[in-house]
Parts: sequence; structure tokens; C-alpha cells
Amino acid sequence: MSEDNVVKVINLRKWFPIRRGFFQALLSRKELFVRAVDGISFDVRRREVFCLAGESGSGKTTTGRLVIRVIDPTSGQIFFKGKNITSLTRKDIKPLRKKMQMVFQDPYESLNPRRTVRDIIAEGLRIQNIVNGEKEVEENVTKILEDVKLVPPTEFLLRYPHELSGGQRQRVAVARTFILNPEFVVADEPISMLDVSIRAEILNLFLDLVEKLDVSILYITHDLATARHMCHRIAVMYLGKIMEIGTSEQIVYEHLHPYTKALISAVPVPDPKSRRTKLIVKGEIPSPINPPSGCRFHTRCPVAGESCHQKEPELVKIDNEHYVACHKAI
Amino acid sequence: MSLLNVENLKTYYFTKRGPVKAVDDVSFQVEEGQAMGLAGESGCGKTTVALSIIKVLPSRGKIVGGKVSLKNLDITTIPEKQMKNVRWKRISLVFQGAMNALDPLYSLGDQIVEAILTHESKINKKEAMNRAEKLLQLVGIERNRLKSYPHELSGGMRQRGLIAMALACNPELLIADEPGTALDVIVQAQVLNIMEDLRRKLNLAVILITHDLSIIADTCDKVAIMYAGKVVEHASVSDLFEEPLHPYTQGLIQAFPNIKSRRTRMRSIPGSPPDLLDPPMGCRFHPRCPYAKSLCMEKEPSAQMAKREHSVACHLYHDT
Repeated sequence: MSEDNVVKVINLRKWFPIRRGFFQALLSRKELFVRAVDGISFDVRRREVFCLAGESGSGKTTTGRLVIRVIDPTSGQIFFKGKNITSLTRKDIKPLRKKMQMVFQDPYESLNPRRTVRDIIAEGLRIQNIVNGEKEVEENVTKILEDVKLVPPTEFLLRYPHELSGGQRQRVAVARTFILNPEFVVADEPISMLDVSIRAEILNLFLDLVEKLDVSILYITHDLATARHMCHRIAVMYLGKIMEIGTSEQIVYEHLHPYTKALISAVPVPDPKSRRTKLIVKGEIPSPINPPSGCRFHTRCPVAGESCHQKEPELVKIDNEHYVACHKAI
Repeated sequence: MSLLNVENLKTYYFTKRGPVKAVDDVSFQVEEGQAMGLAGESGCGKTTVALSIIKVLPSRGKIVGGKVSLKNLDITTIPEKQMKNVRWKRISLVFQGAMNALDPLYSLGDQIVEAILTHESKINKKEAMNRAEKLLQLVGIERNRLKSYPHELSGGMRQRGLIAMALACNPELLIADEPGTALDVIVQAQVLNIMEDLRRKLNLAVILITHDLSIIADTCDKVAIMYAGKVVEHASVSDLFEEPLHPYTQGLIQAFPNIKSRRTRMRSIPGSPPDLLDPPMGCRFHPRCPYAKSLCMEKEPSAQMAKREHSVACHLYHDT
């Protein structure tokens, strides 16, 4: 993989232990884990929008939170601009926070209802001690409000979240993220709670900011149609593993993994002339507590063979940028 | 004759701040065995249309005008007692949010049986149980799941269970309110496929309410696009996607990413939907419309046929 990366993740794992009652613990010694993320590697390059796509329960949100060190990995390594940040302490992470930020899914819950737009956006500046005095805070906040097109800024500075529409709230969330001039932003389903007619607006805002402010984005979504229009590369996750990585063109047109194929065939297309081809996979995503042996997808896979039950496939390079983990694809 | 005929339906919510005109002069028809999509953003009144059709509006909501008829029967005027013979038996509703629509204290089978027994007096409990079993089979759930409680079922299974329940009394019309939202893409596709199969098998008419135009393109025959309590365009799915007439429809279609098209920048509709307590004068879309002229700010456009079976409410298409 290329050297020009902002974030690089090697063999990352996050197993959440399951809390059990006292008697259950007596009865069996074996500790149980939810294997949310189970050994994944990828990199995000400079000015790239990299997408983690998958169904709920595939571990994509956990991955996003691991990468910016909001939660600690069970094993594996995380590099930020070449520096290993896997085991930094809380204190050492704080200066990194201004370089790595996150935009959350739900703008109705991620903004403090008791604070004004100005205070919400300025909080990061204050915590990081970047500015001197209130005047500078105001200048910075005004400028970022213009960048996210909440104009005129004076109209918005003193408003509370409940006085804003969903789209405006998400702009505030974006503004508070970008005011620190981050180099890397995790965007976790930033548009799924918004109305259709304003989704494109928020996505385009992200793309503009990537151009203008030189940031890289890890975009987390279950919606492959928007991923295709937003992202340079897409990684498809299933039960804590990456099944396929490629450019968005490769994933949409030259996908090799049967799961990717199933996901893409399930996406409804806004064109009555190309109605959805009949679905190929049955059932739902299995539990990550006890994932299937061998290839995790074999229980639902239409082409699974003997080897898929036993041996876990590795992510193998197929073509420039294109990697796939499937015994049958190679 | 159409199976369902909605004519100039007006449903308002009477709030302390004044009447909210959630549905304001909406008309459309659904034919037997046909699937119609009702699309629009949140707050455009699409769910209120569904609630008005089966008359289960919350207490503040009232139908203040218009008519809903099911074949010859005028539903809007019949007494509540007679309405009981319409709900579930002729029209049933699959509610939004599969996660919350089932009672967590009763097993899936019991809930379906309850629905059957309430609406059909001639049937005993055992027969109802048999029917519930068949219904579950119809939507692809194993029979041993009859005894399962909602928390033991996955999201997709709950949604399918709700569809099975809605079909309990052989309705002619099924209204599905956002059946795919909150489900994963693959599960959503499974649910939509099942609805499609059932429609064919049972010659069921379906009204599919959704904000997702691509689902409508995928599964429906006709579509009505709603904006701020009004139907702005009503046409066959193929006509609507081939030649959308209303600027709002055009904007909505462009706002939808197509996974199969070339990678482009998506476009959005500037502004946001209006407050229905105080909707804009004239055409309700004019503040966001790129083609608005002075007439649009003064006079409300009425729905008129622009082409055969394709009506649109927009001043751009008629000279008045």
C-alpha cells in the first residue's frame, strides 16, 4: 500500500468481553467476546475519502472509533502520519485530537441542547487552547460558519440546536469538527438521519472541505449508492472482517466477492428500467459472538464450497488497488 | 372502477398554535392488484394520508374535507362500527418501525391470532392458529417461530411478521408505511421481494409509503409525489422517472445517487420544507423552486393532466 497515507491500520482487533452473571461464570470458564472488529488492515491516504461499508453489526462504527482512539483496541496497530498511536495515553492523545475528529450520525443527539451554536463550535478551540481571547474565538467561529454555508453567521451564532433544521444542525456538527483544522475526520453515517433533499448538500459540503482544507475522511455508511459518489476507495466489511477493498469503480463494476455482489444487487436503483435482479443471499448477519468457522460469509454464500467451511480466506491482491478475501474469487 | 379513490382529501391537525394542514387537497386512485408509491420527505403528510384512509388519526387530527371511497363505499362518512369491517378485512396497514410495532409481551403467534379473532367472529382459536401458521409460511418464517417473542426475532423477521399480520384477514389493500427503513439493505431487499411476491399471488393492491424514490422505482406501478401536504405529481413510475415534470420531482430524482450511474456530484434542493402551520402563499414549493415566477407566489397551481395519465400541479405546464 502507498506510503502517502494519513492513517494506517494493521491487523486491528476489538473484542468486547460479555459480562455474565456470577453463576454463569462459575459454570463455564470460557470467556465470551463480541468480536466486533477481528483483524483488519487498511490505509487512508492524503485527501482521500475512504469508505467502510457494511450492514449493521459489521463492525464499521467500532473501527471508526478505534482509529481515532476513542476506544482502545484489543490488538493490532494504528499509525497516524507514520507515528504509532496504538498505545498512547490519554494525556498524549489530547494534542492529537485536534488533528483527528469525528462527525456523528445523529445531529439531533450529538449537539448539546443547552448551548448556543457559538459555544458548541468553539468548545474544541477552548479545550485545545488554540485561541487567545473571545474576539479570536468569534472570528474563527464566524469564518467556519461561512465555510459550512450557515450565512449570515451572525444569524446563527446565538441560536440553540432546537431552532435549527436537521440539515443546519449537521452543518454545525461539521463546523465544530473542521474548526480545529483536522487532517483526518471520521464521518459516521453523517446523512442517514437527514431528509433526502438535503443529503446531497451535506455530502457536497464534505467534498468541498476535503478540497479546501486538505483533509482525509473515513466515511462510514451502509449506503453503497452514496459511497460510490462520495468515495475514492471502498472497503466492504462483514462480521468484523474486510471482504473486499477497491476503488469505488472496482467495487461497483468488478466486484469479486459474493457478499459485495449481494450488497450491490440489493441496492434499489432509482430507474424503473433496471429493476433489481433477484436477490441471491438469504438470512441475516450471524452473531459476532460466535462467528462461523472458515469464511464468515459461508453460511449465506451461494457459491460456498468445502474449503470455505474450514479455512479463513486472506485478503489477496487481485489488481492495482483491488483486494479480495474469498476462496472462490481467485 | 378504482379500488380506492381518494378525492380532495384534507386532514388537519388542530394544535394550540393553529391548524396544521398536513394533508391539503390530495387526490389519487389505486386500482386492484396495483402497487402505488407515495413519496415525499418527512413531514410532507404521507403517513397522515395513510392514517386518514383507515381513520386511525390521533385525536387532534380530523378529516375536514374530501372523500375516500373503497369501491362504492364512502369510508369518510361511515360510522365507526362499520369501519371495523373495513379495517384489516379490506384495508390493512403495516406500521412504520418494525422494531416497535409489535407488543413485547405477547408471542408473534398470539398477536396474529388476536388480530384474526378480533375481526372475524366465526372463527375459533384453533383455526386462527392454523391460519397464523400459514401466514408466517407465506412470508418465509418457520412455523416454530409462532411461539417466539418479538425480542427473539431479528429486524427483518419482525417486519415480515408484521406483514403476515396485516394479511391476516385477506385484505384487498395493504398500506405499507416505510417498510424498508431501519432495515439493512439486504434484509430490505428481502422484505420488498416478499411484498412483491404476495402482491402477485394474492392480487393485492399496495400503497407503499416511503421517502426513498429508488424503492418505488423498483417495486411500484404508479407513484404520487407529495410536498408540504399536496400531491405535486401523479403518474406511472416509468413516465415519472423518464420525464419528471414538477421541479420538486426533478430535484428529488437528482438528489438520489444511482449506484449504476457514472460518478457525479449529487445535487440537492436548496432550502428546507416549509412549516405547515404557515405554508407559503401560492405554490408551496416556490421558495425552493429554480423556475418560480411571480404567478407562483400568488396563485396555487391545481393538478392538471399534462399528458395521458400524468398529472402535475405546476404553473409551468398550464397557461392560466
